[in-house]
Amino acid sequence: MTILKLLDNVGSLGLYYVNQIGRMGIFLVLVCINIVKPPYYKISYVTKQIYLVGSLSIFVIVFTGIFTGMVLGLQGYNTLSKFGSMGFLGSAVALSLIRELGPVLTALMVTGRAGSAICAEIGIMRNSEQIDALECMAIDPHNYIMAPKFIAAIVSMPLLTAIFDVVGIFGGYLVGVVLLGANEGAFFHSMYADVDYSDISMGFIKALCFGLLVVWICSAKGYFVHMERKGGFGAEGVSRATTNAVVLSSVAVLVFDYFITAVLI
Amino acid sequence: MEPLIQLTDVRKSFGGQEVLKGVNLSVYEGKTTVIIGESGKGKSLILKHILGLVKPDSGKVQVFGQDLNKIGRKALKEIRSHFGVLFQNAALFDSMTVFDNVALPLRERTKFSEREIEKSVNEKLTLMDIEGSNEKYPAQLSGGMRKRVGLARALVLNPRIVFFDEPTTGLDVAKSNEIYRVFHRTQTKLGYTAVIVSHDVPKIFKLADYVALIHDGIVQESLTPEDFQTSDNPVIRDFVEKTMGLIYESEQVEG
Repeated sequence: MTILKLLDNVGSLGLYYVNQIGRMGIFLVLVCINIVKPPYYKISYVTKQIYLVGSLSIFVIVFTGIFTGMVLGLQGYNTLSKFGSMGFLGSAVALSLIRELGPVLTALMVTGRAGSAICAEIGIMRNSEQIDALECMAIDPHNYIMAPKFIAAIVSMPLLTAIFDVVGIFGGYLVGVVLLGANEGAFFHSMYADVDYSDISMGFIKALCFGLLVVWICSAKGYFVHMERKGGFGAEGVSRATTNAVVLSSVAVLVFDYFITAVLI
Repeated sequence: MEPLIQLTDVRKSFGGQEVLKGVNLSVYEGKTTVIIGESGKGKSLILKHILGLVKPDSGKVQVFGQDLNKIGRKALKEIRSHFGVLFQNAALFDSMTVFDNVALPLRERTKFSEREIEKSVNEKLTLMDIEGSNEKYPAQLSGGMRKRVGLARALVLNPRIVFFDEPTTGLDVAKSNEIYRVFHRTQTKLGYTAVIVSHDVPKIFKLADYVALIHDGIVQESLTPEDFQTSDNPVIRDFVEKTMGLIYESEQVEG
């Protein structure tokens, strides 16, 4: 009996996740179709979402970016000085930020700040029948709610990543050159010599992919909050879905980072 | 007369529990059909089937002659464009003002100018007796006002069918009567077909053309209010006695 119950639980868990992957896939396809085909969402909806997802995230991106650059400058200087290669500090800081840390940390910050808000907002709309109301008014929620959020995330993420990279490099300069005394000319020359277009395009592609990944997972978790395995109703259901969305998005960003790097490197 | 909405042998289960066990129901144009029954027996679920928000496990849900299970998203959207819905909790968009809530269907589904939208919205808000609340948010409104804003939004595109999911739940007697008066006034003026889910018996009989009782997962019968109250069906008789009978043990005690 115990084995049968165990098998039953494993089976239902498996079915739940297969089901979830399926509906999230269909959700993504429907949103993508609604982004490219009429009726088009209004530009004002998109700019509002860019403000919420992008502009309001700038402070946290600048703050984390500068400290990430500073710690890279500190660690890089101490490690490179052992080999007498302090001249490479600029390229070490810039490459680390542009190729890896910029897109990944920006995605994690946006997940925590905007992704959680997106999931909670849509989850509350679902639980208070606002999404049902839209459907009954013949207004497609994929078009009206989701498409502007997706566009905003895809537009904002590369811009936020660029800000993170620039501010991070400045942080590395501040610690490496201003505080620890590395050569300023060597710092910038090594960066100029070693960072090429492929590094920047890799960071840009990663930022785009992570933007899509974060907004997809967070929106879908909110949209399907009523189908959560442990119950998705009420405030507790929304809070659980939001936690799951943030955890899943963060893990997905790190996993996809490896695969995108493996393809682009 | 051909029904506008027809449910045929609709069945629906949740987690092994069969809630609808073969529901048959017809709704006719221009008439008010009231679905009554005890709480948790599937009244709102029937409404969700008609709205296309829930799909039946088996059976047919036909609206304007089209089976909702066999049509695509586009056709469903077209059917829904003739619907107006007043949800149980009004389902207003809490981050929008009253005006924006009522204007939403016009902004998204028509090419009206802002001036025309303003005119239509104000007209509907006046019809509901809530003019002057345009800039308020749903959280700043009373339950009765929220319902009236919800009804204004449901009616703003002059739909053919309007659905009411327990329109007076949570309201006191005076507010309930107000909602019924608004319903009667708007239906007389706009001539829509109405489907009302309610447990406000016997008051709701005053508004109904047909009363359908859902019990034990099926619609027992759909009758006129007069026939319903004198029906020989033991389930209906039992329901009428329970809801309209004496509160005390005898007429003498009740006075």
